Amino acid sequence: MHSNGLFLKDVAGFLGSYYTGLAIMNAIAAFLIWRRKNRTGEAVFWASVATALMVLASLAMSGSATWVPHLPESLRKLVNTLSGPVNYTAGTTALFAGAFVFRKFFVKPMVAWTVFNAALLLMGLAMADENFASIVMKADNVPIVGLVFLLAFFTWVATKQAVENDERIARGLPPLEKENDEKVLVWPDLVYTELICMVAVSAFLLAWALLLPAPLEEPASSVKTPNPSKAPWYFLGLQEMLVYFDPWYAGVALPSMVIFGLMAMPYLDFNKKGNGYYSINERKFAYLTFQFGFLELWITLIILGTFLRGPNWNFFGPFEFWSPYKVEVLNNVDLPQMFWVNMLNRPLPRVAADAPWYAQMATILLREAPGLVIMAAYLFLLPPLLAVTVFRKYFAKMGLVRYLVMINLMLLMLSLPLKMVLRWTLNLKYLISIPEFSLNF
Amino acid sequence: MAIGETIRNSQIWKSIFRHPMPLDRRNRIVVMLTNFFLHLHPVSIKKQGIALSFTWCMGGVTFFLFLVETVTGVLLMFYYRPTLEWAYNDILALRDVTSLGVLRELHRWGAHAMVITTWLHMYRVFLTGSYKPPREFNWVIGVFLLLLTLLLSFTGYLLPWDQLAIWAITVGSNMARASPLLGYEGPGQQLLTIGGIDMITDGSDARFGLLGARFVGEETLNRFYVLHCIAIPLAVALLLAIHFWRVRKDGGISGPL
Repeated sequence: MHSNGLFLKDVAGFLGSYYTGLAIMNAIAAFLIWRRKNRTGEAVFWASVATALMVLASLAMSGSATWVPHLPESLRKLVNTLSGPVNYTAGTTALFAGAFVFRKFFVKPMVAWTVFNAALLLMGLAMADENFASIVMKADNVPIVGLVFLLAFFTWVATKQAVENDERIARGLPPLEKENDEKVLVWPDLVYTELICMVAVSAFLLAWALLLPAPLEEPASSVKTPNPSKAPWYFLGLQEMLVYFDPWYAGVALPSMVIFGLMAMPYLDFNKKGNGYYSINERKFAYLTFQFGFLELWITLIILGTFLRGPNWNFFGPFEFWSPYKVEVLNNVDLPQMFWVNMLNRPLPRVAADAPWYAQMATILLREAPGLVIMAAYLFLLPPLLAVTVFRKYFAKMGLVRYLVMINLMLLMLSLPLKMVLRWTLNLKYLISIPEFSLNF
Repeated sequence: MAIGETIRNSQIWKSIFRHPMPLDRRNRIVVMLTNFFLHLHPVSIKKQGIALSFTWCMGGVTFFLFLVETVTGVLLMFYYRPTLEWAYNDILALRDVTSLGVLRELHRWGAHAMVITTWLHMYRVFLTGSYKPPREFNWVIGVFLLLLTLLLSFTGYLLPWDQLAIWAITVGSNMARASPLLGYEGPGQQLLTIGGIDMITDGSDARFGLLGARFVGEETLNRFYVLHCIAIPLAVALLLAIHFWRVRKDGGISGPL
């Protein structure tokens, strides 16, 4: 969509207060660094950042296409062309991996503050784009923007304490949480905290409710299907999985396994360390598995499903207009097709419709043999193989049943990224496709 | 001062509060034991355990949001009728006419916030390893509460009866149609036949059970309304009680053991 100039006027007030808010935030930070930490140089730097943000605020208020701070058109176009499910997934994976590997660097308050400011500034600049703003500022999407920042913040808070504890443990000291086992009376120490929390949450919720009207669209009509039709935002990760799997797996089996896996977690994690304090090194396997499932799969897919999936569930770059006429080539092929037709150059095994049932079954099994062999190897060969190699210690400690539950949950979780990669590299649609039983995988 | 003193010494005041003002150490302990609302808490607590950077307060905030949702929800029920004729119009009136229409915003944003704080609470519990023994089962109860929170939000999503509502529920509930064995488009449902008659049809499968109809219609609205306002909140209240009780019984709030 090409801006007609009115859009910038509409958001001028919002962007102006946004930059002003950032400026105030940095001014307070500068003040605290100066008074509390006595680091004048840094304080001057953040004070000048605040001043620069005030300049941006006044420019944004102008509402004119030349003055409102924005990302150059060419950059936005580049981002749109570069973004797609593959680059998005690779990018977020690289981001998480980098944040994890260099966690000692990122937990430094000044580094985090710089990254936080950069993210907010980028967000402000992007918001001057009409297409970006129309998705991000959609009433029901606002909580997800909040979720992203909250998760980043709390992950930082947790990692900071974990890094500190891991360093202490490495030096033979107890974690910080164990250092101080002082007890205080609940009245006043806890009840007052609770009261303040309640007041703060109420104030926050009231402000949110007064500033942002709840969405209400046209009256329900069962004949007018909106495009795209989206589930509530917390289920959009599941809806995104529908790209790669059939509903029985993406919408029923995998979510049930997520719930079951969460419940099974305390019984599978036999590691006695890291109980009641932040630590990463003491429970690296559990930590990475959980973060992979939560941040990398659940959260990342929700963001993808909410902000980057438009009409017909096509992928759209963050600055792209959601055109319902965008066409994406669908040339996905089932594995039996690949194996029998493309590789062996012969037709799919077939049988007459009136053949006896065992002949029908045999034909299906033969036709789907490649997929069935791969699945059988994945689910039945891999667990024992891993038990004697990578997970030998785990197997010894967990015993057969617990090990099998864990390994199957992990393999099911990994089935999603594996299928994504197979789709992107081989255009694979289904490994197994048995329409006779509505069973596609 | 004298008036305050008189009030606090009156028979009425003393009959309501079973203890003197919690100004000294003894009464600060007594107040926790003799007040119904406070007795969920222990008398004393690990100072480290209530440090903000450690606990994030997200469990407490989630519970508070549940209370906010309950209060605003009850008030909204006075204005809202779950029928095809009225549902949308009542929400429209809440937006345009009703004086306290902001209740709906509070309720909706509170619901979104509650989903987020539930996740953050579980995130913290995981990162501090607080699901480990002896708290394994309380984590399991927490997972049930997560599921119920999502279901509360999902059932509530339908009630405004606008395009956003019915299509989000349609997309969400279409999954049930594909349940293995129990959905009429799911794998293996062909196996459930008696004498050549399909047991699983679009009028008897899991999706039908969820919607009360073959598509999202008035029966669904009624069903989701009852689930949203009565059935799920009652289940949540019960599990919350157990959740809090187990926090106390399983070694108190998180902290190194």
